[in-house]
Amino acid sequence: MKLTLHIWRQKDRKDAGKFVRYEVPNVSEHMSFLEMLDVLNEDLQGKGEEAIAFEHDCREGICGSCGFVINGEPHGPQDRTTVCQLHMRTFKEGDELYLEPWRATAFPVVKDLVVDRSAFDRIIQAGGFVSVNTGSARDANSLPVRKEDADRAFDAAACIGCGACVAACPNAAAMLFTSAKVSHLSLLPQGQPERYDRVVKMVHQMDSEDFGHCSNHGECEVHCPKGINLSNISRMNADYIKASLFMSPREGKEESGA
Amino acid sequence: MTLDSKAPSGPIETAWDRHRFDMKLVNPANKRKYSVIVVGSGLAGASAAATLGELGYNVACFCFQDSPRRAHSIAAQGGINAAKNYQNDGDSVYRLFYDTVKGGDFRARERNVYRLAQISVNIIDQAVAQGVPFAREYGGLLANRSFGGAQVSRTFYARGQTGQQLLLGAYSALERQIAAGKVKMYARHEMLELVVVDGRARGIVVRNLETGKLESFAADAVCLATGGYGNVFFLSTNAKGCNTTAIWRAHKKGALLANPCYTQIHPTCIPQAGDYQSKLTLMSESLRNDGRVWAPKDAADCGKHPSEISEDKRDYYLERMYPSFGNLSPRDIASRAAKRVCDEGRGVGPAVGGVRRGVYLDFSDAIQRLGHATISERYGNLFEMYERITGENPYQVPMRMYPAPHYTMGGLWVDYNLMSNVPGLFVLGEANFSDHGANRLGASALMQGLSDGYFVIPYTLGNYLAGVKPAGTTADHPAFRAAEQDVKSKLDKFLAIKGKRTVDSFHRQLGDLVWDRCGMGRTPEGLQEALQKIPAIREEFWQNLTVAGSANDLNQSLEKAGRVADFLEFAELMCTDALTRNESCGGHFREDHQDDGEAKRNDADYSHVAAWEFAGVGTAPVLHKEPLTFDYVKPVQRSYK
Repeated sequence: MKLTLHIWRQKDRKDAGKFVRYEVPNVSEHMSFLEMLDVLNEDLQGKGEEAIAFEHDCREGICGSCGFVINGEPHGPQDRTTVCQLHMRTFKEGDELYLEPWRATAFPVVKDLVVDRSAFDRIIQAGGFVSVNTGSARDANSLPVRKEDADRAFDAAACIGCGACVAACPNAAAMLFTSAKVSHLSLLPQGQPERYDRVVKMVHQMDSEDFGHCSNHGECEVHCPKGINLSNISRMNADYIKASLFMSPREGKEESGA
Repeated sequence: MTLDSKAPSGPIETAWDRHRFDMKLVNPANKRKYSVIVVGSGLAGASAAATLGELGYNVACFCFQDSPRRAHSIAAQGGINAAKNYQNDGDSVYRLFYDTVKGGDFRARERNVYRLAQISVNIIDQAVAQGVPFAREYGGLLANRSFGGAQVSRTFYARGQTGQQLLLGAYSALERQIAAGKVKMYARHEMLELVVVDGRARGIVVRNLETGKLESFAADAVCLATGGYGNVFFLSTNAKGCNTTAIWRAHKKGALLANPCYTQIHPTCIPQAGDYQSKLTLMSESLRNDGRVWAPKDAADCGKHPSEISEDKRDYYLERMYPSFGNLSPRDIASRAAKRVCDEGRGVGPAVGGVRRGVYLDFSDAIQRLGHATISERYGNLFEMYERITGENPYQVPMRMYPAPHYTMGGLWVDYNLMSNVPGLFVLGEANFSDHGANRLGASALMQGLSDGYFVIPYTLGNYLAGVKPAGTTADHPAFRAAEQDVKSKLDKFLAIKGKRTVDSFHRQLGDLVWDRCGMGRTPEGLQEALQKIPAIREEFWQNLTVAGSANDLNQSLEKAGRVADFLEFAELMCTDALTRNESCGGHFREDHQDDGEAKRNDADYSHVAAWEFAGVGTAPVLHKEPLTFDYVKPVQRSYK
């Protein structure tokens, strides 16, 4: 099939950027979307032009590197599918596609379709872990975990950190990403000692990164390639409220005598 | 050069304990005076950087991806082995040790393997304490499954995403140390040179992939945890960015590269669909627990829909040839059997280049026996992934599979302390050659990466540092300037060639050649042919390459050019090693050394590690041998019949 692409080209962080039109003939339905771009890039380079920059690595939908917006939809039209796993059989002859990077203040464009998602790493640094040094663990089976809890924790932990939730949100909020990590750990006994401290720190870090606020559109869940559930946001909000109202912060100024 | 493994003598059961006691310690107050560079943030790199940070060392960690969480360990599906014997089915440290030495076809160092089996149990404890959501039984305890090549259930798993969950565990420990200020993380930084000063590894030169800036970093020791070289084949299950550059540059600076011909071909990958294919996708070999592998008995049936091929017309060839292991036969054996079936013209699926290269992996029996729900719970995400890629529903139509390059057992030579022959240069995980011998068992890669990072390097690195004075992190030695200049001229050269062919076209050409001649089956003639052709491809690469753009911003073609340039040199060593090893063992199958299709080892002449010394591009490398002795597991012909 033959496709027309309008791809966002932006030289660096400072460049204004613009859409550039490309015709791609001879697209096979068995190609992945990124393989279709590979073919286009080979063609461009053969003509001495610079290849379109896009992030990718495993091409198996698990590393979270890839992702851009196709006709307004993060990762394109197929449910629960990263763009590396999206195949061209989803499209048809003559389709016209607009490809652009994640749009969010917290994710500055680095080049073309590549953005800077280091804000996600900083949210994890704020508390997305269990404080256990290597060597200080007890026997794994001495801590039984209800299978249901383990399964729900897994569902939340399946987040690949791609950023589609932010790109999909009209407010560019990072609530789904942050709540997935909060939920993963708050559902497990290992996460309990730091549960309320963690949620406060991670939410504060998220707020300081220029992400927007959640206004319950639910677009994040719809476009999440891993099916991370909105209920994680409710769980995070509940923990956050409880932590803010009833818990004393572990760090910061000392509590008053009252 | 004598290669001293430094493995402790005496009883193997207490060797690691005694060694830990014999090693020197760095006083807690002195640890912060030492700095360590860790390159790579996969299971080995992230666990090492986090643990060294916890101990108090100053760590700088580098990865080429945009975040340490993207490292390719994340894609490991099946599981991680540990000798916990939670299933009470006869497992033990000794059995895991035995299985690993045997599975590696008696080409690994016994004492390393024993230590790995001992440490395996600590890894599970650590991961669970971090909150890794392993699969559990209804009683709340951990679930296990059996995995390719093992007759006990010792594999821990997190659905089909075990690598992801373990990496996110290590990543969270790493991020915690970054927040604590003990690890400084440099994402989007690619190591392009190792710097050796007065015979010791003292630092690296990296390129900031966003700005193009070259920077030098100095430290008291350098740890490489940069993964394997499977992408030398172009089409492999590795992530697109996986490369051999870090270990190859270290090799060119004097580090010996061991057993590069030991490459693992994974039996269950989705077959190639066309010539635009950019990578191959692995389907976890756990699928072989419930799926049955077959091909049509008659080549005339190969074009038919599988439902039209009756039971008596199907050849369940693994069950037929290897009755006791059947569909769970080790990877190398299952891969070669699939190749043989397809070479006989009995392959299925679309023909690429005129040959159907695929066999069926059929779940219909398992679905009938266990029900759709159970199969879905075990393999749901894998089935979905298969359908997304092929457009076929594996609940209704058998999957099609073909082997693909997946893991590389060879790597930089290291001693028992994981130190290379260059003092101060340590190598962890897939990047080193140790532990797996000539063939790695399923679910053992995650185990080795985390063993090296969490539980070996923290001790052995301390032992090294205790013997050197902290040298600071100022990269002012002239060796750094020289290394930066070398890197810069190479980058400039790529941009200046202005030829006609893209980096990928050279990479594909190289990959096709080595897959054909140095892949699943190797012959002296084929290897000699490859050794003639590789220098010619390399020469054309340096004459006719085109790389657009500049070296001063994000330029993915330029990054790839550097990696492919190194693959073009590395491939020659891999083929040389394969030609020199006149035997078949594990993943190295020489067609001229077989007994009726079974690999024929030659212990009298080849029971050694082949460690190669760099002598110049296009110049024959120098071979050094580390003899292997087997005091516990006596070499026998591997038999899975």
